[in-house]
Amino acid sequence: MSTHRDNTGSKIGMWLFLLSEILLFGGLFILYSSYRYKNPLDFHLAAWELNRVLGTINTLVLITSSLCMALSIFFIQKGGRTLSAFFLFATIFLGLLFLGLKYVEWTVKIGHGLYPNSPHLLGRSKGEVLFYGLYYSMTGLHGLHVLIGLFLLSVMLVLMLKGKLNENRFIPLENTGLYWHLIDIIWIFLFPLFYLMT
Amino acid sequence: MKNKNYQTYILVWLGLVILTGVTVSMAGMNLGRLSILLVLLIAAIKSALVLSYFMHLKYEAGLLFKLMIPIVLAVLTIFIGLTFTDIAFR
Repeated sequence: MSTHRDNTGSKIGMWLFLLSEILLFGGLFILYSSYRYKNPLDFHLAAWELNRVLGTINTLVLITSSLCMALSIFFIQKGGRTLSAFFLFATIFLGLLFLGLKYVEWTVKIGHGLYPNSPHLLGRSKGEVLFYGLYYSMTGLHGLHVLIGLFLLSVMLVLMLKGKLNENRFIPLENTGLYWHLIDIIWIFLFPLFYLMT
Repeated sequence: MKNKNYQTYILVWLGLVILTGVTVSMAGMNLGRLSILLVLLIAAIKSALVLSYFMHLKYEAGLLFKLMIPIVLAVLTIFIGLTFTDIAFR
């Protein structure tokens, strides 16, 4: 007896979830745009303190991880299970690298006494306090999503190695890929707004 | 639904890397008001590339998937726009 599978329905479900995620981050972007409008100079000055090199590297890391994700899905459709598993592993590795670099960035900032509600930060101007509040919340929420994505990707890798994901059934991998690409898109917007503002 | 080769993905990746380089170098220039517009425009182009090729929207049959993103973006634009009609006049 075969189970009923609805690939299109499954995909619609994932897209609906992604739309809700876009609205979630969208709300935070609204907050960012409002506070930036009110404190343009403070936001500009605070942005200089962020590490542009690490931010750019992280952007390239996520873009490459999206490529690996797409290639993984491409190869499993063609039956190339080894290649697919390799690229899936590469995606996970790059995701971990992203989180590692984020950890380094945050540690440096916290080491300088710049974290939400720190006495050092509260001594600064109101606009800078807002900037850092938004920085930690938005990159933190994004990082949490990356962590969840990594967990999902690992589950997919296990399923693939067990043979449960193959050229006949790969929609879970596709849907996980959609989630991962969305994380990339969110970072594509976060990066210039926090690191590159002029 | 199936794309023929993987070279397309590599080309899209290359485009994304180049656009990242453009954004970063633009940050070094002093363009004032224009900066934020250009930066957001480049981010939008990068997202469009990821959405169409990596997320397969370009190859999806039917209108449903292709409409979802523009509708959500329109909603967000309205949210941000209406918010500004408030805060800009406080």
